[in-house]
Amino acid sequence: MTKISREEVLHIAKLARLDLSEQEVETYSEQLSDILGYVKQLQKVDTNGVQPLTHVYDQVNHLRSDTNRKSLNVKSAVQNAPDTDGTYFKVPQVIKD
Amino acid sequence: MQYEVVIGLEIHAQLKTESKVFCGCKTIYGNSPNSQTCPICLGMPGTLPVLNEKVIEFAAKAGLALECKIRLNSRTARKNYFYPDLSKGYQISQYDEPMCEFGKIEIFSGEDRAKVLGITRIHIEEDSGKSVHGFGDKTAVDFNRCGTGLIEIVSEPDMRSPEEARAYLVKLKQILEYLEVSDCNMEEGSLRVDANISLRPFGQKELGTKTEMKNMNSFRAVEKALYSEIERQGKVLDNGGEIQQVTMLWNENLNQARVMRTKEDAHDYRYFPEPDLLPIEITEGYLADIKSQLPELPDAKMRRFSADYKLGKEAISTLVLDKNWSAWFEEVVQAGSDPVEASKWVTVEVLRVIKERLISIDEFPISPLKLSQLIKEIEKDSISKQAGKKVFDHMLDDHSDVSLIIEKLGLKQVSDTRNLEVIIRDIKEKYSTEVSRFQNGESKLLGFFMGQVMKESQGKANPKIIAPLIQKIIGD
Ligand SMILES: [Zn+2]
Repeated sequence: MTKISREEVLHIAKLARLDLSEQEVETYSEQLSDILGYVKQLQKVDTNGVQPLTHVYDQVNHLRSDTNRKSLNVKSAVQNAPDTDGTYFKVPQVIKD
Repeated sequence: MQYEVVIGLEIHAQLKTESKVFCGCKTIYGNSPNSQTCPICLGMPGTLPVLNEKVIEFAAKAGLALECKIRLNSRTARKNYFYPDLSKGYQISQYDEPMCEFGKIEIFSGEDRAKVLGITRIHIEEDSGKSVHGFGDKTAVDFNRCGTGLIEIVSEPDMRSPEEARAYLVKLKQILEYLEVSDCNMEEGSLRVDANISLRPFGQKELGTKTEMKNMNSFRAVEKALYSEIERQGKVLDNGGEIQQVTMLWNENLNQARVMRTKEDAHDYRYFPEPDLLPIEITEGYLADIKSQLPELPDAKMRRFSADYKLGKEAISTLVLDKNWSAWFEEVVQAGSDPVEASKWVTVEVLRVIKERLISIDEFPISPLKLSQLIKEIEKDSISKQAGKKVFDHMLDDHSDVSLIIEKLGLKQVSDTRNLEVIIRDIKEKYSTEVSRFQNGESKLLGFFMGQVMKESQGKANPKIIAPLIQKIIGD
């Protein structure tokens, strides 16, 4: 079975914005390989004629009508923000000019 | 070298629903920052989205109007990326099972040549919030827009010039406005356009490497950005270079684009079926119902205006551009006006005023009935066309009866021949030289005498009556 490489782990970590230690890279490389190994095992099952299952419930839609519900007041909306001026959420600059 | 231009457009249209796609927050543009948010659209852990049925309806409407095949079973998908204006860390969209596919749209561009363009797909998704810059070293985020329902309409790469791209946009906007599913306001961002552009030598089958252009906030900007990118790519290819697959941002003030990201930092979205939402299932009956609710669409209206009202192409395309304009025009006709006359008044005078005053036709101060009365007064010859324009201008601020205004302004045409005869006799005495020249066959002097009569009558003489009178009195 092919092992998930160090580069692949680092790529996935980057996509998830995770900063991993060398030890963690090693650990996840093994764990992810194990998970994929298990999936590979499952792939041996003959699924011809079986519809892919994306939800375990035998239900569809569950829609709501287009009506308004009360929003939060601005003060509550921003109260958990790490940085705010009481109106906006403040984040590190995203585009430099 | 001359290259064939290949353009495909991706349009995001904000849906005109009362509430957002997954929560009950309002969708109003320009409200104070973060005043239309709740735990769902802020992406708080532990919340669950519930799909707005109107979003399905609007997407189905757009799909049917664009002659798409509508999927009875579709699904939402999770598109993963980190950006501050999308706090969940993913956008709920659709991936391999969009609601609508394989549509088409007919456009006219250059010499009225009709061309059918393919619509690849229409899918539903949620809008992101808005990043606001200019707060020093910080970016401020407003989540009012976050979670507003969108449809993304992806065209086939069927356009071969910026003009065709513009014609496509105009037509698409017109259709979405007719359907009342989106405001389609490009300045406010309720209609957003991304363009994919590539060049290839004429005759080559495979497509060249494309670039993506974003941030074009008007039809004009789309055309300018496309021209600029076509020129840039042409130069690179002429110099033997290779086009890099990049995403670019158009800067309207500088009239140029800059690279936003290269292929290397292209997103890896890792789409997967959205676990928090159930599959979407609609029925043939539901679609038939939606179809029966579709309004008359621009193409059908154009055909009807041509057949029923015998209007010229230009008048038709102007009137049909906005369905409220064409409805207003039809009210004038229904009030008894000649369609051709009515179309002239609406396309020239009425549209001039609403554009000058930046108002919608619903706010136009003259009612269709009043305009039709004015048109009738001109038809009856009770005022001249020229006087009609004066009356029209007056009617903008004076809501009295049309006949009253005509009287007030003293513009009623004098058709009373006795009065006119006196005036003409006076002129005959005053201009004896011209009279004898006229009597000796210099017939073009008729215009001179008519001018004199108009002057004496202060423009109120009916030209149709004075010409024969002049002939009769001065001619012999
Ligand atoms: Zn909300």
